[in-house]
Amino acid sequence: MEILINLLSTLCFLVGGFLCLTGGIGLLRLPDFFSRVHAAGVTETLATPVLILGILIHQPELSLDSIKLVLIMLIVLATNPTASHAMAKAALHGGQRPVIFDQPKDNNDAPSRGGDLSKP
Amino acid sequence: MRGLIAGTVWEGDVMLHYLILLPVLYSFWLMLSGHLSPLFLILGALSSLLVISLQQRMDRIDSEPALLKITPGILSYALWLCWSLLKANMDVARRIWDPKLPIDPVWERLDIKVTTPGEKTIYANSITLTPGTLTTDIQDDHFLIHTLTPENMDELRRGEMEERILKLRI
Repeated sequence: MEILINLLSTLCFLVGGFLCLTGGIGLLRLPDFFSRVHAAGVTETLATPVLILGILIHQPELSLDSIKLVLIMLIVLATNPTASHAMAKAALHGGQRPVIFDQPKDNNDAPSRGGDLSKP
Repeated sequence: MRGLIAGTVWEGDVMLHYLILLPVLYSFWLMLSGHLSPLFLILGALSSLLVISLQQRMDRIDSEPALLKITPGILSYALWLCWSLLKANMDVARRIWDPKLPIDPVWERLDIKVTTPGEKTIYANSITLTPGTLTTDIQDDHFLIHTLTPENMDELRRGEMEERILKLRI
């Protein structure tokens, strides 16, 4: 039984570590700020829960710490969209525009705030 | 009754809300600290009161008490969201490792059927939480969405997530 638990938690750590690496590689490979946010999302929404699941399984018994671990996971999941949205807004505000492939350059202009929003 | 902050008045419902909040906050403190010595008990009580007075100030500004009731509907939506998060994560991870990097970003407006602030909040946050889709702007009748692939955008336009949120009736 203990071997099984060790195996399971090690597997979780390996998968979580691989997903963190995936997020990092994505940050390097993807072309612009907005698509990099998607890569960071992999680290936050899957790698963190899997790592925390690994720690939970590794715990000898349910305790206060288990509840705290679950809370950490919920807080990461709850704050991620807020942070991502704030960063995206700030990037747009600062003049960053998403890279769109196969389109004439002037189509990349963002709809101005409060202006014509009919065709982004 | 006079509030903790001078010049504010607590009305019945709001008062009840804070009375329920106090024990909740205090037990949350006890759970996080795990110590039962008098010093920690007093510090916990003080910080619970501080949080309530801060919240009272915030409620005074936006006047609309934001309560999210945990209903079976919310829980089943959370489970469904976890499942779709898993699928979206696998998809994005696969694209990141693919040597050809098969992405084709899309940045378009998405017309929305959700109307209440609560539904909009859940919808926009769920979209941003899912890797592959990102809400960049929120207006009265549409969101601006950036997605990694056109398929992600089609998935949103099919509106399964939106239908599920509409069913929550928040």
